Amino acid sequence: MLIIEDLQVKIGNKKVLKHVNLEIQPGETQILFGPNGSGKTSLLMTIMGYPQYKITGGRILFKGEDITHMTIDERARLGVGMSYQRPPSIQGLKTRRMVQVCGNGHIDVDTLAEKMNFTEFLERDINVGFSGGEIKRSELLQLMAQDAELSLFDEPESGVDLENISLIGNTINTLLQRVNGTQYDKTTKRIARERTKMGLIITHTGLILDYVTADKGLVLYNGTVAGRGNPVEIFKQIKKAGYKECARCAA
Amino acid sequence: MRGLDDMAYKAKDKKAAIGPDIDLDSYSLKSATHADVKNLGTIPEEDRERMTLAGLDASEKERAGTYIQRDATAVHSGSNIDGLEIIPIRKALKEIDWIRDYYWKLASVDTDKYTARVRLDLQDGYVIRALPGKKVTLPAQACLYLEKEGFNQNVHNIIIAEEESELHVISGCASASHVTRGLHAGVSEFYVKKDAKLSFTMIHHWAEDVVVRPRSVGIVEKGGLFLSNYISMKPVKSVQTYPTTYLVGKGAVARSYSLLVGSPGSELDVGGRIYLQAKDTRAEIVSRAITNGGNIISRGDIIGEVPGAKGHLECHGLILNGGIMQAIPELKGMVDGVELSHEAAVGKIAQEEILYLMSRGLTEEEATATIVRGFLSVDIPGLPAPLKAEIDRAVELSQKDVM
Ligand SMILES: Nc1ncnc2c1ncn2[C@@H]1O[C@H](COP(=O)(O)OP(=O)(O)O)[C@@H](O)[C@H]1O
Ligand SMILES: [Mg+2]
Repeated sequence: MLIIEDLQVKIGNKKVLKHVNLEIQPGETQILFGPNGSGKTSLLMTIMGYPQYKITGGRILFKGEDITHMTIDERARLGVGMSYQRPPSIQGLKTRRMVQVCGNGHIDVDTLAEKMNFTEFLERDINVGFSGGEIKRSELLQLMAQDAELSLFDEPESGVDLENISLIGNTINTLLQRVNGTQYDKTTKRIARERTKMGLIITHTGLILDYVTADKGLVLYNGTVAGRGNPVEIFKQIKKAGYKECARCAA
Repeated sequence: MRGLDDMAYKAKDKKAAIGPDIDLDSYSLKSATHADVKNLGTIPEEDRERMTLAGLDASEKERAGTYIQRDATAVHSGSNIDGLEIIPIRKALKEIDWIRDYYWKLASVDTDKYTARVRLDLQDGYVIRALPGKKVTLPAQACLYLEKEGFNQNVHNIIIAEEESELHVISGCASASHVTRGLHAGVSEFYVKKDAKLSFTMIHHWAEDVVVRPRSVGIVEKGGLFLSNYISMKPVKSVQTYPTTYLVGKGAVARSYSLLVGSPGSELDVGGRIYLQAKDTRAEIVSRAITNGGNIISRGDIIGEVPGAKGHLECHGLILNGGIMQAIPELKGMVDGVELSHEAAVGKIAQEEILYLMSRGLTEEEATATIVRGFLSVDIPGLPAPLKAEIDRAVELSQKDVM
């Protein structure tokens, strides 16, 4: 379980998160909405543990441990993983090696890459010259290898072409032990009961909602949670009335 | 040859154009002579280990032949393959008449005191030659080994890839573990003939107070390819080298790659100069340097003298734990229609990259090591697998010093 209590975060002198509260139960996936600059990326980066996001108040608990002051790698080893919107590229570091690192040496890189339709990129330097969509596939491949308990996705569908969007959607489902809403049946229910993986997904376009059935949605507005509810309903509202209205009505 | 001796004599105190000046007289020219080594397995294990660090494969399993020099003595010299010749240069000078067409034909004895020294006090060195049309895909190996404390080793090497041949050489230089101080001066002359391919990989594994002054010149004829790699990742007091290559035939290509690590107290001044003197010639000079408290100067110079010649220079430097990193790229186009470019960057490891790797579960140290390894692993095209493996191994070994 992830518990965020009264989290306050600054970048430099700017307050980017103000009194954020959030709980993600084992097996639960939530969607994070919010206009540009509302603090969505900041929230994910703070959960992951990036030092430039200074926690000035509140705390973060994960699996019963207070991780507020843990380093990034400690959190990663505890089971937090992230798919970045714009990860850095690293010259000379082969994607294959990066995926091995994520899997801590225990995975079959080729089989995983095949699933992600990413085999031809394995011998290329990580993220060097990758297109927007390729970066997303590379990030998800790394997360698959990492097999995190809590996966954070920063706009996983942005820049992805229509051909690959379902691949992205289905991979997120696999990572979060979910099945596409259209295939709902008895086994699905069983899977849902036994599911432990947690997810927090930022979406800007809402496209991911067509593939991933999430349990909850929340709207971040100006650094605070302005509303919570059914993700599909929230997205409808946002489309209809815009964020400003939606933040007001949901609150 | 009297004339050359006179010239050398006149240049015996001539300072080098660049690099700290060295007092040659503070090193000894006397060493014990070493006995022949018939079987490489009989080299004492301690020495064999040091040689192995500079790329020597004592089993010769993946080598086409071997030359080993201990201090002043050539102790082993032999080829395992038809069409590949490996001969100590002193023997060649006595017994082979064609050697005079190559000996001191590219390098000048009066370049500086180090070339003069090699001329006047030649100890030995190797001649490695692939006969016309012979494709020798396994590397030939040479090891120049410094065993006597305070010794001045002077060698002269000649490497010839005859027409349409292929030759790969791995030349390792190392000092015995008890040696702290020494001076290695080496002259190398490279001849890449029509449509031939030569790769030459030099791996240095010296000691903290060893001074190294290689002086190399190469010539590449029509359709020839000359790949030259230099790897120095271990502590050394001072290396200064600026090999020059002339591309004189249509379509000749030269590529040079250096991987350098400068430890505290080390001073590496390493460059490469390539003259593009014929149509469709191509040059590439790539260097990756990490200073870990040392002082590194990475130079490169490409001179385009004919239309259609192309060259690219790339110096990337990383400052890891202090030290000085200087990139000095130079380009000179002398006519219309040459295309020369360069790319130089000096910096530190981006924090963002370290954090990215940490979020995949690596500690900060592991993340840094992974990035450093990536930085040093340039793809060098055209090298046979055993050579690639040696370079990878050298990079791997350097990690311990860098971290
Ligand atoms: N490195 C930074 N320095 C200063 N301000 C930043 C930095 N990164 C983000 N911000 C600011 O923090 C706020 C939240 O940004 P972010 O979390 O990226 O929003 P979102 O992901 O919702 O678009 C924005 O006002 C943004 O300009
Ligand atoms: Mg964002």
